[in-house]
Amino acid sequence: MKHQQILITFLSATLLAGCSSLGVEPWERDILAKKEMALTSSPLDAALDDHIYFSKEASSGGRSFGGGGCGCN
Amino acid sequence: MQLTKTTDLKGLLTTATCALLTTNQVSATETAVDEWQFDTAIMYYGESDRVTAVEGIVAGQKTFADEQVLNLKVTVDALTGASANGAVAQPDVQTFTRPSGNGQYQVKAKQTPLDDTFHDTRLQLTGSWSQPLYHDYTWTVGGNLSKEYDYLSVSVNSNLARDFNKKNTTVSAGFSYAFDQIEPEGGLPKALSEMTVEQFGSTEFDALFEQTRIGSSDDKNTLDLLLGLTQVINRNTIVQLNYSYSDVSGYLTDPFKVVSVVNQQGYSQRAIYEHRPDSRTKHAVFAQLKTHFSNTVLDASYRYMTDDWQIDSHTLDLRYHMALNNGHYIEPHIRYYTQTAAEFYTPFIIEGQSINQDISADYRIGEMDAYTFGIKYGMPMNSGDSLAFRLEYYRQSPKSDGTAAVGVLNDVELYETIDAVIAQVSYSF
Repeated sequence: MKHQQILITFLSATLLAGCSSLGVEPWERDILAKKEMALTSSPLDAALDDHIYFSKEASSGGRSFGGGGCGCN
Repeated sequence: MQLTKTTDLKGLLTTATCALLTTNQVSATETAVDEWQFDTAIMYYGESDRVTAVEGIVAGQKTFADEQVLNLKVTVDALTGASANGAVAQPDVQTFTRPSGNGQYQVKAKQTPLDDTFHDTRLQLTGSWSQPLYHDYTWTVGGNLSKEYDYLSVSVNSNLARDFNKKNTTVSAGFSYAFDQIEPEGGLPKALSEMTVEQFGSTEFDALFEQTRIGSSDDKNTLDLLLGLTQVINRNTIVQLNYSYSDVSGYLTDPFKVVSVVNQQGYSQRAIYEHRPDSRTKHAVFAQLKTHFSNTVLDASYRYMTDDWQIDSHTLDLRYHMALNNGHYIEPHIRYYTQTAAEFYTPFIIEGQSINQDISADYRIGEMDAYTFGIKYGMPMNSGDSLAFRLEYYRQSPKSDGTAAVGVLNDVELYETIDAVIAQVSYSF
């Protein structure tokens, strides 16, 4: 268990260190700030789709929490 | 009152929203009007010969001075139509009793049995509050309430995110806890008991039907955990990687579904009520890439899910946002989904076979592929408003899990394809 914790800590640190070489300066965010570049650019489309696929398939969630909240037959 | 300008509508909604938040008696001042952003949508979902649903959403967002964000959302949907009851098609007409026990319906020869009594209206309220905490931390807390005639769902959730590397890296962790209660008309059926069909309308029928009931309501609890990593790659590209864990326990059976018991010749002898395990643990990995080209944005995502019901699924989703002249855009969409069957899924049972405690013929937990092809067209309107139309085609292709059909079942369609159309209009102001 302790080895696992060390491994997880090591991997997380490596990942964060690796990520630090990526990215942009604050003044280079013009494109990323566009609405269509948001990770969920149309939240209502995503909510409606989640409801449909939750009702019709055996999987849900992933992007955010698992959905549900309906009897959905 | 005639609403001639969209700003009037916005003002009205703002007043209504503020009136709901009466604790602080916030007045609908001009500043508040400017700070609320509303997204609305109405969607039609229609399957050929089966379920039809209409769903409307109004979502409001207000950003406060200290980057605090309040989100409120109201969803209303109405569902009508027919849903597969799980039984197999037969060469002859079949009769089934409705889940309420108050009626029966007949299914034509060679047709997949559909129970056409589904009619439900659902109201859902969702809210969340997000605010910065200390340096580089953002905390979000939210809740959800959903109510329909025979179903209630209440949930709370919270999420903590931390930014690193000049906000190019964001790590987040969150949880959601939900309580759901089902109270079907006619009560809950006794697992694996035989659907009462003969002598409908008599006292004998009523007595036999009553013996197949075990109570009026049951519930389930869902705990979801979500770990996320978002990384800006460069000026044009951002990626997200999520891991989610979901643990559901309680009543996971569908009280409206049955399984056919057939003889060696494939003729149905009876229908028995299904039963699912009382817990389910799911793991999912979700990865998304968004990248910007000169006038277009590619949005690609993939999800892998696996659970202890032995269902594995892969979902691939691609959207391509293309900017046109004058702020108009067009966005094609393709989605591919495939899943393996739950270990207790079976399309039917042959008489004499031993029957497991858990059994279901619901195609939604059987082996299946699904495709979605869609297109969205959006345009800016006056004063910063926007309008968009979306049209999608969704096809589900259930497949055999390897169970060999017997006798007359070879002459009927056991895995019927389902086609659906999704049409949506969205307006933001």
